[in-house]
Amino acid sequence: MSLHLETDVLIIGGGLAGCWAAVAAARAGAEVVLADKGYCGTSGVTATAGPNHWWVPPDPEKRAQAVRDRDARAFGLADPRWMARIIDTTWRVLPTLADYYRHSVTAGGVPHYQSLRGPEYLRALRRYAETLGVRILDHSPALELLLHVDGSVAGARGLRRQGEGGDWTVRAAGVVVATGGCAFLSKLLGSRTNTGDGHLMAAEAGARLSGMEFSTYHTVAERHSTQTRSASYAFADYFDADGRQIDTGGSPDVTVPLARALLAGPVYATLARMPADLRAILPQIQPAILLPFQRQGIDPFTQRFPITLHGEGTVRGTGGLRLVDDDCQTDVPGLYAAGDAATRELIAGATSGGGAQNSAWAVSSGTWSGQAAARLARAQGRRAHQGVEAAGGAGLRPDAGALKDAAALTRHLTDGVRAEMLPYDKILFRRGPVLAQSLATLDSLWRDARDRLAPGSDPTARVRAREAAALVACARWTTATALARGETRGLHRREDAPSLSPDLAHRLLSGGLDTVWVRADDPTQRSPAQRSPTQRSPAQRSPAQRSPAQRSPAQRSPAQRSNVA
Amino acid sequence: MIELVVDDRCTRCDTCIQVCPTNVFERGAGGLPLIARQEDCQTCFLCELYCQADALYVAPNCDEPVAVDAASIVASGLLGQFRRHSGWHEWEGDPAHANLHWRMGELFARARAG
Repeated sequence: MSLHLETDVLIIGGGLAGCWAAVAAARAGAEVVLADKGYCGTSGVTATAGPNHWWVPPDPEKRAQAVRDRDARAFGLADPRWMARIIDTTWRVLPTLADYYRHSVTAGGVPHYQSLRGPEYLRALRRYAETLGVRILDHSPALELLLHVDGSVAGARGLRRQGEGGDWTVRAAGVVVATGGCAFLSKLLGSRTNTGDGHLMAAEAGARLSGMEFSTYHTVAERHSTQTRSASYAFADYFDADGRQIDTGGSPDVTVPLARALLAGPVYATLARMPADLRAILPQIQPAILLPFQRQGIDPFTQRFPITLHGEGTVRGTGGLRLVDDDCQTDVPGLYAAGDAATRELIAGATSGGGAQNSAWAVSSGTWSGQAAARLARAQGRRAHQGVEAAGGAGLRPDAGALKDAAALTRHLTDGVRAEMLPYDKILFRRGPVLAQSLATLDSLWRDARDRLAPGSDPTARVRAREAAALVACARWTTATALARGETRGLHRREDAPSLSPDLAHRLLSGGLDTVWVRADDPTQRSPAQRSPTQRSPAQRSPAQRSPAQRSPAQRSPAQRSNVA
Repeated sequence: MIELVVDDRCTRCDTCIQVCPTNVFERGAGGLPLIARQEDCQTCFLCELYCQADALYVAPNCDEPVAVDAASIVASGLLGQFRRHSGWHEWEGDPAHANLHWRMGELFARARAG
């Protein structure tokens, strides 16, 4: 059974940003459909975490100081105006969750709004969205966007992995991509579904990316565990296999010394410095943190246990889809990006926004994009009966003869991406020649994905094939941008260029599918999305869309169009 | 990764099938959830949190499957621990499991203070 829906606003992704976008659009009076790859309520990295939010009271001096302090650590790539905007929006929006989340009340009777437990937070957001009438499609991954002939977004198409199954098509006036960052299938907690699907779908529609080189954040966890909950590790001491303590330089950022040590051999940690009173209440602060220890019979407060670092890719990196206006619109008219799918350079520059800033960003960018999509629907209607084209390519419609064994090719692609994007020496200690070699390998994987990957009809295989294509695409933008930024700035470290270059004090845009490009972001350049859709001639569409190789003949056929219209 | 669905505890409510963010389960014969796609499990423990029958066990190893002995897991008292510590369902309102997440900042502050 295929499902066809028409709505005002479609949200792709039901994590933190997607839920806030759905809530904002519904509160603005729009009819909203939210399609989640998994289950809205447990999906996304926030559902497994416990986010704080950037929380500054509405005192002009305090807020100005908070922005100044943060901007000073952004390596010149952030925008103080956007920081002030998220502080203000988060302060106003977050307390609206109070009917659905039991906030702790601290001394003085003030509800503690800013710090929430992830599973409860996302469960509350789901209830909030449902109460407002949002239609949630669980286990319904989006596979591709639909475009009007003028290049503006017209909806999306995907499949349903549970219930009746079949494909879904949703026509909408505005679409919000809230698919999260891309963690390159590291074992970062909660990131299995964060494979960059939204980045690829948006890029196929003509969107550009920004800041993809700032994707090197890592988090410590017990060796075979996903528990990248780092708070307790503030008390950690680290040791090598001979029991020698590893010098972490006294800085809270232990990533570089630990990665160097892990490249040399096993590393062990103990949390012995955590005071007894905090140990006693730790399960009430973070109920999941001790599960892996207790299930292995490890006492982390008295014993030394092996650790690892899990890469976060663009999750707590800052790169993502480039935004062209205050509504979080991408280069594609009517397509908005929220949360970790969008670039966070605006608020964090070259340094990770960490949990609190990124959560405030998810709340705010979700709210703005949801409101903007609702306004767009009101202004121009759904345009649901105009013909559309499907924008998807790699992993959906192979250009050349499809390989019989799609599962093997999918594995080959994902293994290939992991081999380039997860080793510490390739990501944390970047070098030009190694990056160039990685890029050549990834380009070859892209050609395989584009030409040969046809997953057939099995739902799981279809999702995995599309994930593989997205992973390869994100890996290429990341690697190409890291190669182009021949300096060390914030999260981006180049062993062969260890200092800041004044010539590179600007953001780097990237994009392209068959040919990946990187160029300096010129803020004076007029973006395509600032024109009205009707003014946008085919020649002004993105290079991806102009390239004849990009689109298979099948995609352009009338039959194809009638399928999706 | 998810390793165990305890047959005689499971109430066939389908909740784990529904809430798993990576669609690991399938409804099996008689309604017992099958671990159909273990390789997609992201070891997030959220299925355990939602399972009011305490019938699920996620082993902490996210890299490879491990053999588990159902009888000793059931005897260990580990089943339902995450749900209890989180104060969900029948534990809601129990002061012993009150949500102290707001004290997270204290961990960092006291670690910095030495």
